[in-house]
Amino acid sequence: MITIIDYGLGNISAFLNVYRRLNIEARTARTAEQLAGSTKLILPGVGHFDHAMEQLEEAGMRPELDQMVLENKVPVIGICVGMQMLAGSSDEGTRPGLGWVDGRVRSFSGWEPAAALPMPHMGWNDVQPVAESPLFAGLDAEARFYFLHSFFFECARKEDVLAVANYGSDFGCAVHSDNIFGVQFHPEKSHHFGTRLLQNFAEL
Amino acid sequence: MLRPRITPCLLVHQGGLVKTVRFADPKYVGDPVNAVKIFNEKEADELIVVDIDATAENREPNFRLISQIAVECRMPLCYGGGIKSVEHAKRIIGLGVEKIAISSAAIQNPELAAAIAREIGSQSVVVVLDVKRKRWGSGYEVWTHNGKQNSKQAPIDLVARAEQLGAGEIVVNSIDEDGRMAGYDLDLAHQVRQATRLPMTVLGGAGSLDHIQALIARCGVIGASAGSLFVFKGPYKAVLINYPTPTQKEALIRAALG
Repeated sequence: MITIIDYGLGNISAFLNVYRRLNIEARTARTAEQLAGSTKLILPGVGHFDHAMEQLEEAGMRPELDQMVLENKVPVIGICVGMQMLAGSSDEGTRPGLGWVDGRVRSFSGWEPAAALPMPHMGWNDVQPVAESPLFAGLDAEARFYFLHSFFFECARKEDVLAVANYGSDFGCAVHSDNIFGVQFHPEKSHHFGTRLLQNFAEL
Repeated sequence: MLRPRITPCLLVHQGGLVKTVRFADPKYVGDPVNAVKIFNEKEADELIVVDIDATAENREPNFRLISQIAVECRMPLCYGGGIKSVEHAKRIIGLGVEKIAISSAAIQNPELAAAIAREIGSQSVVVVLDVKRKRWGSGYEVWTHNGKQNSKQAPIDLVARAEQLGAGEIVVNSIDEDGRMAGYDLDLAHQVRQATRLPMTVLGGAGSLDHIQALIARCGVIGASAGSLFVFKGPYKAVLINYPTPTQKEALIRAALG
């Protein structure tokens, strides 16, 4: 069963709606107990990095999530700030991240290529996979997704970058390490492109 | 490449969808939830929904209607109208809305705008400036309360302040051009574009895809929003929800950006 981690942030109902239309079972979990039996996890997130980490810790799901993701290798995908939370740290705040994927979250404003561009990076942008992955199956060069963010994930290992988008220059907009995935854009609000990606995740 | 956005703007009045001309004469054009379903099918870039009664009648946002729209909406959604507190903003975001739009509240109570941005994040705060040409002399002024109160402030000044307060996007709406379908006020759009680094969306005046093309050609990657264009068809303004096809959109963007 796909479980959407509901710690009070992110558009939970949008994910449920997508899976309902796909006839794929999905549910939400608000407590550690409710995570039991999950075969896939979705970690949404919006807003400030520290606030998101704080909310997740307060929900009391952290030990259970670490166990499921790091030990039991349950596939997980972080969305938007949920992807940024996979990193060890973020320039946006002072709290440590989950540290599930090596890297740090940087500000676009402090990144030369995008420094003069409108901020946040908002709208539909092309997403270019740079590695083979079932997550992007059936999504060709035409694939585009909706972005809304001012910070981006900088992977420590180049091989963890799954796809790039261009804003001044290419930045990593999807990451992958073992059973852990993350996308900076919003597949739940990206029409048929996003639906396909969420279906691909369900079928991993 | 980041693409210009083409965004239908839907106005809610007495529970139904309407389209106005110069902020007056609302004409009924249909049911909000039904319109959202049609824009889903047409894969619109985003949607803006504004309750034009809420602030003018000094009442709360209609949370039930917002929820119905949000559940149905498969594209990013921005809601505006009657947001007067941090609690309102949080509750609306919690219903599954990506962005909230504030106008009167941002202009009259800057501290509130800043507090909302701190709570839900700048990326979700859109400041809407309803702009009218000055009656005497040249230049523009921003109006609030659905175009009924003159703030007597220039859009370029307010846009700079909105940026400081933590807004994540600006919508510039021309009251003079609203519903006329004669083209955007390109000078206004350009003037505000130059005054801010925030992403920006222009509303008011679009009557054809050529008008959208002209806006993008003048201002670059920007949001082009329209009401009448996407709810009316033909010279007699028959109600018909419509939106450019992906091919039309590509051609338009390519022609505009060269």
